[in-house]
Amino acid sequence: MIFLTPIFDDPMMVRQVILDHYQYPRNKELTHNCDYCSKRMNSDSCIDDITVEMLLVNGKIEDIRFDGVACAISTASTSIMTELLKGKTKQEADVIINEYLKMINEEEYDEELLGEAGAFKNTGKQANRIKCATIGWLGAKEILEEKE
Amino acid sequence: MLDVESIRKDFPMLMEKREKPLVYFDNAATTLKPYCVLDAIKEYYCNYTANAHRGDYDLSYKVDTEYEKARNICANFIGAKKNEVVFTSGTTESANLVAFSYGLDFINEGDEIVLTEQEHASNTLPWFKIAKMKKAVIKFIPLENNKVTIENVKKTITNKTKILAICHASNTLGYVNDIKNITKEAHKVGAVVLVDAAQSVTFMKVDVKELDCDFLYFSGHKLCGPTGIGVLYGKQELLEKMTPFYEGGGMNIIYDKSMNVTYKSSPTKFEAGTPKIEAALGLTAAITYLEKIGLDDIHKYEIELKKYALKKLKELDNVEIYNEDSDSNLLIFNIKGVFPQDSASYFNKYGICVRGGNHCAKLVVGHYVPLNLRCSFSFYNTKEEIDYFVSIAKGGSDFLDAYF
Repeated sequence: MIFLTPIFDDPMMVRQVILDHYQYPRNKELTHNCDYCSKRMNSDSCIDDITVEMLLVNGKIEDIRFDGVACAISTASTSIMTELLKGKTKQEADVIINEYLKMINEEEYDEELLGEAGAFKNTGKQANRIKCATIGWLGAKEILEEKE
Repeated sequence: MLDVESIRKDFPMLMEKREKPLVYFDNAATTLKPYCVLDAIKEYYCNYTANAHRGDYDLSYKVDTEYEKARNICANFIGAKKNEVVFTSGTTESANLVAFSYGLDFINEGDEIVLTEQEHASNTLPWFKIAKMKKAVIKFIPLENNKVTIENVKKTITNKTKILAICHASNTLGYVNDIKNITKEAHKVGAVVLVDAAQSVTFMKVDVKELDCDFLYFSGHKLCGPTGIGVLYGKQELLEKMTPFYEGGGMNIIYDKSMNVTYKSSPTKFEAGTPKIEAALGLTAAITYLEKIGLDDIHKYEIELKKYALKKLKELDNVEIYNEDSDSNLLIFNIKGVFPQDSASYFNKYGICVRGGNHCAKLVVGHYVPLNLRCSFSFYNTKEEIDYFVSIAKGGSDFLDAYF
């Protein structure tokens, strides 16, 4: 029997993925186009201040982007999220977001659906970073819920 | 000279056995508490629980006596008279009390309320609200090299200025403002001066008579006391002419159905409801403890620690410091190229508590200095802790380590 080791059991891989998305964040520019739904996520308990923009056309995420002042963990996790969710239907996106949140909360989750977002699977062990790893994701979740 | 080794034994937080070391450098946010403070609170609950100013029995009398003794000790601590000290829940409530009591009664349309850009939210937002309610004008004294200068004070205040609210020492930049001379200028135009002393009381002697300010406030928990207690000092004649902020029991003499109310005199009229008895007793124990060690020695040592940390941090090439010439016990800095929240998490991995962010001073941070890390020292910290902190800061560029 062959066991495939998930790549994110290797700290070097985790580091590479997070640093790559932190230094070269994807979709990190807002359009300020009023066809987009937008959500600004900031809070008093941390200094992350991220805005997520989403363009929904016929129940499909045609575009999703973000911007803001934020730490490495929140920047990288939001960057990865935008890549994952772009082109997905609302239902598909809901599932991916829920699986991601399950992973962060250290529950059973489907790692196949999460791709590079799996790099954040150990976040639950550092409670003070949970907020960072979910801020962008919760922004997208709120937009999708408001669109229901 | 402080015997820091023996002082550390007074603090349960420092004696607790932990998996990773605890290096607590967030003293500007709150301080650790010595056993004597906890004992004072415990004694009230175990030996003489009763309400204050309420009963004719021995226990209640004892509570009255201890509570008023607490007021006396807090008054002496800042050179005030006993009746000029109102117990509040802290600096924030004190600032709000003055704004909503003095401000609502004595600020009129077109009057100017002058603040500095260094202020904490608690010394800014209550006045925004009063300005909106009374159609008054808010003005800011601009900073010069991050400092409040007497010239800029003079340029900003006019004979329309009714309020000047200013911190004694900035909680972010760490500069001490020349309150004595600023007050002199403000009084020339007839303004009332309010001083936020939350930080300054922790590292320097504060004497309200020498400063001649009209109001001054601080929090107990930054002085090794409990949370939920603070002091509002006000000049007697001002307190007397102010109407209370809260209404309730204990602060009135008599009232009738036609809504006639006669209030007690100050400070009692500002303390509606059951007083913060345990917290006042805890704060008194804290001040007594600090005075026993010696305030001058404490202040000297805290500044010495700051200077030592500054010297050591400056030797690192991956650290940038934003307030090298600060007067107080705090430094703000960043690990070059690292977002402060990431570096704070990195320090946390090694048991070092520092604050990352804007420190509630949102007109300073992001305008005069970037988001940053703040370390603030107390008399129970040691040079060995600073050495450890600096050795960790050296590897700070590899901040993601904390994430694995």
